Amino acid sequence: MTTTEDLTTSLRTILDKYDTSRDNLIPLLQEIQEHLDYLAPEAISMAAEHLDLSENDVYGVATFYAQFRFHPPGRHRIKICQGTACHVRGGGMVLDAISRKIGIVPGETTPDGNISLERVACFGSCALPPVMVVDDTVYGRMTPRKSEKLIEELE
Amino acid sequence: MSFADIQQQARRTWERFQSGETPRVLVGAATCGRAAGAMDVIRAFREAQAADPILASVEIQEVGCLGMCYAEPLVEIRGPAGDRVLYESVTPAMVPDLVQEHLRQGRPISRNALCRMPDGQQGELQDEIPLFTDLPMIHHQLRVVVRNCGFIDPTDIDHYIARGGYSGITRAMDMGPDAVIEDVKLSGLRGRGGAGFPTGLKWSFARKAQGDVKYVICNADEGDPGAFMDRSVLEGDPHAVLEGLLIAGYAVGANHGYVYCRAEYPLALERLRTAIDQMRDKGFLGENVLGSDFAFDVTIKMGAGAFVCGEETSLMQSIEGKRGMPRSRPPFPANAGLFGKPTNINNVETLAAVSAILEKGGAWYAAIGTEKSKGTKTFSLAGKITRTGLIEVPMGISLRTIIEDIGGGVLDGKGFKAVQTGGPSGGCVPSNHYDLPVDYEHLAQVGSIMGSGGMIVIDEESCMVDVAKYFLGFTENESCGKCVPCRMGTQHLLRLLTGITEGRGAEDDLETIRKIGDTMKKASLCGLGQTAPNPALTTLNAFMDEYLAHIRDHKCPAGACKALISFTIDPEACTGCMACAKVCPVEAVSGIKKQPHAIDPQTCIRCGACRQACKFGAVRVE
Repeated sequence: MTTTEDLTTSLRTILDKYDTSRDNLIPLLQEIQEHLDYLAPEAISMAAEHLDLSENDVYGVATFYAQFRFHPPGRHRIKICQGTACHVRGGGMVLDAISRKIGIVPGETTPDGNISLERVACFGSCALPPVMVVDDTVYGRMTPRKSEKLIEELE
Repeated sequence: MSFADIQQQARRTWERFQSGETPRVLVGAATCGRAAGAMDVIRAFREAQAADPILASVEIQEVGCLGMCYAEPLVEIRGPAGDRVLYESVTPAMVPDLVQEHLRQGRPISRNALCRMPDGQQGELQDEIPLFTDLPMIHHQLRVVVRNCGFIDPTDIDHYIARGGYSGITRAMDMGPDAVIEDVKLSGLRGRGGAGFPTGLKWSFARKAQGDVKYVICNADEGDPGAFMDRSVLEGDPHAVLEGLLIAGYAVGANHGYVYCRAEYPLALERLRTAIDQMRDKGFLGENVLGSDFAFDVTIKMGAGAFVCGEETSLMQSIEGKRGMPRSRPPFPANAGLFGKPTNINNVETLAAVSAILEKGGAWYAAIGTEKSKGTKTFSLAGKITRTGLIEVPMGISLRTIIEDIGGGVLDGKGFKAVQTGGPSGGCVPSNHYDLPVDYEHLAQVGSIMGSGGMIVIDEESCMVDVAKYFLGFTENESCGKCVPCRMGTQHLLRLLTGITEGRGAEDDLETIRKIGDTMKKASLCGLGQTAPNPALTTLNAFMDEYLAHIRDHKCPAGACKALISFTIDPEACTGCMACAKVCPVEAVSGIKKQPHAIDPQTCIRCGACRQACKFGAVRVE
């Protein structure tokens, strides 16, 4: 568990890399999320203070973009592509199968914190649909069956 | 170092890379290659190499995507005799044979060989394995934007330079900015991001704009589902895009460029970062580009997952650290853009074409394509098509040639129903326009658009109402909400289309869809809202009977809309193999081995898994 003090120190290190102009807001939030896996409330307030913006303003920007999360994700992140090519080749079936298998809907994390499930608009691997991403590995030509097997292999 | 010296050094590197002296393994490791397992294949080659001292000198390298994504992972082996063979669908299990036969003995394996690569020693292979340029997928193509993708190591700037790279900016700087703009005008290049505005004209507006500080932006926020041209170019040949941006900066008088790229493309971002560092080292960026008094630098900005940020005024808001919402124009970005300064924005593909145009001259480019749509266009072929992938063809080529000859026709021999072009902003072109020449004008005539170049082939098993609903679901989700026509319009269209696919539609709905769609086209603030109704309107025009079947008969003719279909097993065709029962996620299939099975309609969730699993076509959908 990270203590509040550790959190503050590590955030400070990130913030100090950026000058205080507003156009740094998104890159800064992206780096914080890369580090923490999500945007903790402390991170939002420190970012707001650093750039001399209101917290409201920072939340306004962060919530606009699909990339930012406000809760810690699961240890494994499953992303299932729902782009057009994936849609016509059964991406919906893969998503449904995983959803049934782990008992959560997209946007949620399993109660044990192991897996979070996300739907993604398009990964740009449209030639190998349906596409599923487990953590950072992209898997193409999925079927409900193959995707379930991948899930079973996750600890 | 002068550019001539840089070129000479690069040519030496390239000759070493091309010569047969060192056996090589080149693995297509763009995102699509990786999704098909390219990294496991690379690992297998490295393991084989580690175990065999004779292979110590073999170089194993990652390259970009050749475009034949259907055959991924693709591996090119250059054997000891200088022969070059491209293998398709390579798995780690095949690696020991490839190493033993081809890399060590110099005997290419014709099984799994897709083609011989150009420039290789052809020897005895001639009869067994076709040449790359003779492949049906490649034969009709003309590679300008993707000229280097898959052929060069995208992390080696010397490869790009040796193949003509950065001679475009050198030529541009000899010509002067005004002549550069004239050359781009002469080329006839139109924006490849979607709207098709003439690039040279756009540049001239930014050049004429008043201001000491100007910006150029590369729009690499390829959010269209179904399109991946920009990703492929960035991953396979980042310098082609960056050189184009440099040329744009020089022509309009900007000293700073931004590349706004999606966070969903981590590999493209990595390639860009490497390429920018290399440009700095070689003196293509900095205070004195190539020893001149032109100063230029590039910053990468990572998108954060908002489709609307592909719209230029939204994109600029996003770079400024705000919510990426569009604003009304005028003022146009050319006069008041990023940070209120004159700004020029071009798409990835446009810029990659620019570097080729400045290298070879505007007249060369203008000789390709049709009268009003010059040059080439890349398309991503996806959906129900045999050969999925990325292609580049001269403008004016027919849809039929693209789908039948290049793409190998509709998957599994099913009937061709329509092709969706231009993503959510585009429309569906039905089969009676199969011979349509593909250019800006003809696509517009049939109610669709070129867009960024996504082509999704739709077969008889796909429901057009469902396709329209799919796109509206996307645009409704991605609408930024700033203007009412788009915010409310997408919601209502989606509600109506959902109702129809669920059997709750009325015939009046069709008129309402048209009215809302027309209003959105006229009144929305930006391109997202103005084009969002297109998928609904074009399918309504071309596939009215399908809409009516949903509404009047509560039937989905394609068998795709879950609420209107049911699955049954034909007892005559069923062999009782149990395959369907094994895959059914809800245990709706009952029956014992070797006896015909049955599906319980109450339990069935209509996922279609049984139909996919059945080898005997016994699962019927109605």
